[in-house]
Amino acid sequence: MGARITSPSMESAPMNRAAALYRSAIFKKAIMAITGMVLFGFVLSHMTGNLKIFQGAEKINHYSEFLREFGQPVLPYKGFLWIMRLGLIGAAVLHIWSAIALTLDNRRARPKNYELRRPVQMDYASRTMRYSGFIVAGYIVYHLLHLTSGQAHPDFVHGDVYSNLIIAFQNPLVAAIYVVVNILLSFHLYHGLWSMFQSLGIDHPAVKGLRRPFAATFAVVICLGFIAIPISIVTGLIQ
Amino acid sequence: MNLTLKVWRQENAQDAGRFEEHQLSDVSADSSFLEMLDQLNERLESAGESPVVFDHDCREGICGACGLMINGQAHGHRARTTACQLHMREFSDGETITIEPWRSGSFPVMRDLMVDRSAFDRIIQSGGFISVNTGSAPEANLIPVPKEKSDAAFDAATCIGCGACVAQCPNGAAQLFTAAKVGHLGAVPQGDPEADQRVVNMVEQMQEEGFGSCTNHRECEAACPKGISISWIAGLNRGYLKAKLRGVDRRS
Ligand code: HEM
Ligand code: SF4
Ligand code: FES
Repeated sequence: MGARITSPSMESAPMNRAAALYRSAIFKKAIMAITGMVLFGFVLSHMTGNLKIFQGAEKINHYSEFLREFGQPVLPYKGFLWIMRLGLIGAAVLHIWSAIALTLDNRRARPKNYELRRPVQMDYASRTMRYSGFIVAGYIVYHLLHLTSGQAHPDFVHGDVYSNLIIAFQNPLVAAIYVVVNILLSFHLYHGLWSMFQSLGIDHPAVKGLRRPFAATFAVVICLGFIAIPISIVTGLIQ
Repeated sequence: MNLTLKVWRQENAQDAGRFEEHQLSDVSADSSFLEMLDQLNERLESAGESPVVFDHDCREGICGACGLMINGQAHGHRARTTACQLHMREFSDGETITIEPWRSGSFPVMRDLMVDRSAFDRIIQSGGFISVNTGSAPEANLIPVPKEKSDAAFDAATCIGCGACVAQCPNGAAQLFTAAKVGHLGAVPQGDPEADQRVVNMVEQMQEEGFGSCTNHRECEAACPKGISISWIAGLNRGYLKAKLRGVDRRS
């Protein structure tokens, strides 16, 4: 603490421009919002695709193959899939980077905390973003080893998505992990999908009232869509 | 009313500080929170002890000088009310009241409950003005201002710069204050020519002052005695991002 010295104003040079953006919390938050939107787009289409399991083994296995062949012959086999994967990895890295950088800055902004603090209107979802995000990140690693590459799966067969899923979720513990993490994801989205409009400055009167319903609807839809699968398998609805 | 006060005491900016407890009796329910503190100070002074230092000026909710964290809420629990306009009838007899200064690395505690809010002044100096030649007052109707715009500008202009938004924010962010100031000037035609430069200068000065940043908890809006809406923060974010896309750099 103590008196603060303000630095002289910056010269207009490209390096300084980049440095100002890199320091800027509003810019980092915009990165977080855009990458969050990309991840949300993925999560939504992933959830929709997964629901094909309810149409039977053939449909979902075919879907998996379709993703690998998509774009051929312009792209090589799995070309499209890898473009998507790289884009998502990039989005996830930037999202996590901005989350960590902003969190550290925000901690520094209040070196001494209050003895007593009574929040007024922040909600459970908003105050747990870091935790829900962190747990979802850990889960993504497990999930890839489990159902994409198979190392964390007891009996993995490449290409047979249907039986991989059935075997995986017959284990109640595994089914429970998936259900719990996807509920956490929906909390993350409940705040995030609303927050991203605010971060990007989208609050035109025509959309303002729709931001919260939009976030709540997709948080619930995504959660139900994902957890329907482990629940249906562990309870024997699909075999 | 009889009260137990748990008050933050700190000699100067370097001192580590501590809480001090005082029993205060015969407090009138009609007195304001600051009058209650005056009562405590009169007693301390007559006992030869040093009074509790706190900021205040107008005592009618318009200057923004007062600012206390009362029972964990900026300006206390009553919505849209400054500490000076908060009355003791809002509290119950026998209650323990915890009183702390605003906590922010950018608002160093000077003494007891008084903090240095000059970081806000430097944000204003960086761009919170409209450049016009002074002289005799211009004809008021020379520049037409649409009603919605002047209403919006007035809403934002009610910000009294008290800093409750920073104090209440879990991140110590100053975005509500800065947004209100940028928004108020940007809403009217007189402020429009400098709008991009203003938002860049003020946002980057805010950043340099070391304030935290918004995670959209909406705590500032709830604590603000003037009810400044977080819509202004959306406007600040939009204005800053647009100005940056247009290549505007900070200039003094
Ligand atoms: C991978 C680990 C993740 C971490 C550590 C993380 C962390 C965070 C944090 C700290 C925020 C800011 C919240 C706030 O401002 O209060 C946030 C926002 C957000 N997150 Fe995540 N998140 C993760 C994964 C995800 C995923 C998988 C999605 C999409 C399905 C997602 C979508 C969003 C969205 C849309 C936002 C809103 C951006 C904004 O506030 O403008 N996040 N995340
Ligand atoms: S926005 Fe509200 S809380 Fe913040 S300084 Fe202005 S009046 Fe005080
Ligand atoms: S003393 Fe002026 S607003 Fe409270």
